[in-house]
Amino acid sequence: MSELGADIRRETLISNADPEDFLALLKPRVMSLVVFTALVGLVLAPGSIHPVMGAIAILAIAVGAGASGALNMWYDADIDAVMKRTVNRPIPAGRVSREEAFGFGLLLSFLSVMVLGLTTNWVAAGLLAFTIFFYVVIYTMWLKRSTAQNIVIGGAAGALPPVVGWAAVTGSVTLEPVILFAIIFLWTPPHFWALALVKSDDYGRAGIPMLPNVAGEKATRLQILLYTLILLPFGLAPFSMGFGGWFYGAVALLGSCAMLLWALRIFLARTEDGLRRACWRMFGGSIAYLFALFAALLVEWCAGRLAPALSAMRGALS
Amino acid sequence: MNSPAEGKGDGIRLTEEEKARQAKRNRAIALAIAGLCLLFYVITVFKMGSAILNRPL
Repeated sequence: MSELGADIRRETLISNADPEDFLALLKPRVMSLVVFTALVGLVLAPGSIHPVMGAIAILAIAVGAGASGALNMWYDADIDAVMKRTVNRPIPAGRVSREEAFGFGLLLSFLSVMVLGLTTNWVAAGLLAFTIFFYVVIYTMWLKRSTAQNIVIGGAAGALPPVVGWAAVTGSVTLEPVILFAIIFLWTPPHFWALALVKSDDYGRAGIPMLPNVAGEKATRLQILLYTLILLPFGLAPFSMGFGGWFYGAVALLGSCAMLLWALRIFLARTEDGLRRACWRMFGGSIAYLFALFAALLVEWCAGRLAPALSAMRGALS
Repeated sequence: MNSPAEGKGDGIRLTEEEKARQAKRNRAIALAIAGLCLLFYVITVFKMGSAILNRPL
């Protein structure tokens, strides 16, 4: 065999991947947000689930999210290779082949849906399968490269985990998880457009039609402000609907003020440097905002569970 | 001409680094399969609940 032929054969047949590279395909940071929001959906749902089964359900949802991340990297390997932010991902860096990522993502998708279905119910499993399908096919393969509204519609995939968590307990979907869905769904545009404003060169080089590249910087600033304004009442909705208490209400109100301030700073920024700083603040701050809302719901749930146990303990001691 | 790592007629010969990576991947796959077996065992036990004791002795 020629030297070139042998090299090609070696590259095709011999994997250079470490197990850590396959873990990186799962986008662990995105996974952690998915785990957290799904957990909140699961614990807030009326009814009960055995803690072990609940933990397995969360694991299945996390693996499902990771699988869609791997399939996203499989399909987007070409654009990942030209963007600074993604050039070190396992496929463009040459550590994992596209075929390996595809097989890995497909296998984990199947396993996660099966495990969730067997552990809880098939409504939750169906929702998880739909989430993976929506993220991979609708967002990654279709919207991402074809419309500036890519992350608006695609955000639905990232917003579904609390609904899946809720359905894992109840086997159905009611208004409460839809509100949680709406919060993440409406949070996505200001969060990602803030990043897109500072990374527009990167997205432009990769040919992704992000809003700043298509509609311009001014329109994006306005859209960030508008989506933030629409988001805020939804952030407060759990309090007004009664499944978020006073603590949640206070956190949501403070968070809403901060989000509005960050969006206004982006909208009113006059210098290039000021805009960059405002965008980074919105990007990081919006993660903290979303985390705080869901954490507040979780804290209230824990407090609600602990209070009777503590008073019973106090009664037994006195 | 064959590449240094490729023997005549006996396929691709792995370098030491490739062998180490392969061993690491194999260990990870073994762990994942063991974990999956344990997971299905746990799901079965919790799904059956007390019915797990209901069997002819």
